[in-house]
Amino acid sequence: MNVEAIVMFLAFVAATLAITKWAASRSRSASDFYAAGGGITGSQNGLAIAGDYMSAASFLGISGLVFSSGFDGLIYSVGWLVGWPIVLFLIAERLRNLGRYTFADVAAFRLAPTPIRSLAAAGTLAVVAFYLIAQMVGAGKLIELLFGLPYIYAEILVGALMITYVAFGGMIATTWVQIIKACLLLGGATFMALMVLAHFGFSVEAMFRSATEAHPGGQSIMSPGKLVTDPISAISLGLALMFGTAGLPHILMRFFTVRDATGFIGYFYILTFIIGFGAITLLMGDPSYFTPGANGAIDKVGGLIGGSNMAAIHLSKAVGGPLFLGFISAVAFATILAVVAGLTLAGASAVSHDLYANVVAKGRASEVNEVRISKISAVVIGVVAIVLGYVFEKQNVAFMVGLAFAVAASCNFPVLLMSIFWRGTTTRGAVAGGLLGLVLAVAMVFLSPAVWVKTFGFSEAIFPYDNPALFSMSMAFLGIYTVSMLDRSPRADAERQAFEAQFVRSETGIGAAGAAAH
Amino acid sequence: MRTAAAALIDKVRRDPEFHALVRERSRFAWGLSLLMMAIYFGFILAVAFAPDLLGTPVGVGVTTIGIPLGVGVILAAFVLTGLYVRRANSEFDAKTQAIIERAR
Repeated sequence: MNVEAIVMFLAFVAATLAITKWAASRSRSASDFYAAGGGITGSQNGLAIAGDYMSAASFLGISGLVFSSGFDGLIYSVGWLVGWPIVLFLIAERLRNLGRYTFADVAAFRLAPTPIRSLAAAGTLAVVAFYLIAQMVGAGKLIELLFGLPYIYAEILVGALMITYVAFGGMIATTWVQIIKACLLLGGATFMALMVLAHFGFSVEAMFRSATEAHPGGQSIMSPGKLVTDPISAISLGLALMFGTAGLPHILMRFFTVRDATGFIGYFYILTFIIGFGAITLLMGDPSYFTPGANGAIDKVGGLIGGSNMAAIHLSKAVGGPLFLGFISAVAFATILAVVAGLTLAGASAVSHDLYANVVAKGRASEVNEVRISKISAVVIGVVAIVLGYVFEKQNVAFMVGLAFAVAASCNFPVLLMSIFWRGTTTRGAVAGGLLGLVLAVAMVFLSPAVWVKTFGFSEAIFPYDNPALFSMSMAFLGIYTVSMLDRSPRADAERQAFEAQFVRSETGIGAAGAAAH
Repeated sequence: MRTAAAALIDKVRRDPEFHALVRERSRFAWGLSLLMMAIYFGFILAVAFAPDLLGTPVGVGVTTIGIPLGVGVILAAFVLTGLYVRRANSEFDAKTQAIIERAR
């Protein structure tokens, strides 16, 4: 129990609630709710998008992964970053030129809206669910550790706050919470990494040597192997991380005004890696950070108080004392709240804008009704998130994000890429391939060792790999291609004809609302 | 408004310079993408097939070859992004605007 932490914690909550109240007074139209009414500048959005991506799962999860397995954390950092240049080179400009703000809008540009939007909503909700689990678990652990609150109450607290932000403040509140948190997180992580390096006279080699001496794994933490054990898993994980970025709904929602956030994010991952090694060297020698086992022995990897995901939090105390522990805890909490709010908003938009307004009401819904539906959806998603967070308590949070990426890479990304780039894509092809990718990814994840064995307690996994992307993403592309080629309907011909106009617009931005801005 | 945009799109579509720009920009963007993928999957394949190689120490210390390689992939992402943004901001945006202006 730490008074400084709790005070800063409460200060942050008070500040964000004030922002939400202010945003609620400005949020009236659907455009305010989903897209902040265009009132966010490009550079503000650049920070916000970096904030969306620098989640608690990556901050706590990667530093925790480095803490327990060393080098393997770097595989995740690298994979999460390299998706950004690909999105920038191939997709960002075209999304912006097609001029809407959800990826379903882009895919439905020339394809039949009803089936495409239903599919996109399903893909979005699956990604949001997996990603939310990771964030909720991180949040629960953190609050449990700081307040001594039981895990389930911690989940309810986070769920209630995120529902408040999204339902009352919409995109304006979510974006500002994100911007503030991105600045605090980058500042705090920089300080921590500098303190760790200073401890070793700014010699990285000295830090690594000390880590191999402190860690039970010894020199093995400097090479790959514990996380990824076979080539198929490695490639599958790599594909999911790289192409999943291009299918994350809450990230795609922001890609309309920014050109680049790669710099912030790459810098952040390097910091996270240093922080993880710092945690090995500075925590493993000090028993006060660990819960002793039954015989009084200390498990230096699994016995960390609050689990390995709390490595960065404990390290903040080791390098900066209780005041800095309070600061980093508040920042980590802010990070979780900001990201869950962004996810909830993306999920709620998929329900209200794609499913309700365009599928159920066929575009005849009033704005008032659409906003009301998205607020109800935000509440429902929040409650579901609390339940899922409770069920999946024991999962490593970085790993759960990996699963979200597998679904994003297997459903959203193939549909988006094929509808933008391939003339031959038809509605039937996109729906069949996207659905195939989605169902395969979800099914394979459920039957994988990580969920089937570790979470549900069965003795043997039905699908042998933890990361399905290699199979599910390939099948999605193959499905879109094959079904589109076989589609001989008149509607399919019209869709192929419409490609030319879409192509010119996607390359030039003619007819897009924001095209004059740059 | 809608027909004006459609007419503009039709004019741009017949402009050979538009197709030249698209070809050049696509080649550049796909080239950078393939390079990024080659670098990244080179690293991932090394993780999968040659973990021992990545685990070999650099010189006499404990730092292994895998560490600079992994950080190198992150730096490569910075550099390639910088190359793209510079060319997109200066050259491609201006050319696109010029093509649209001419078609108006």
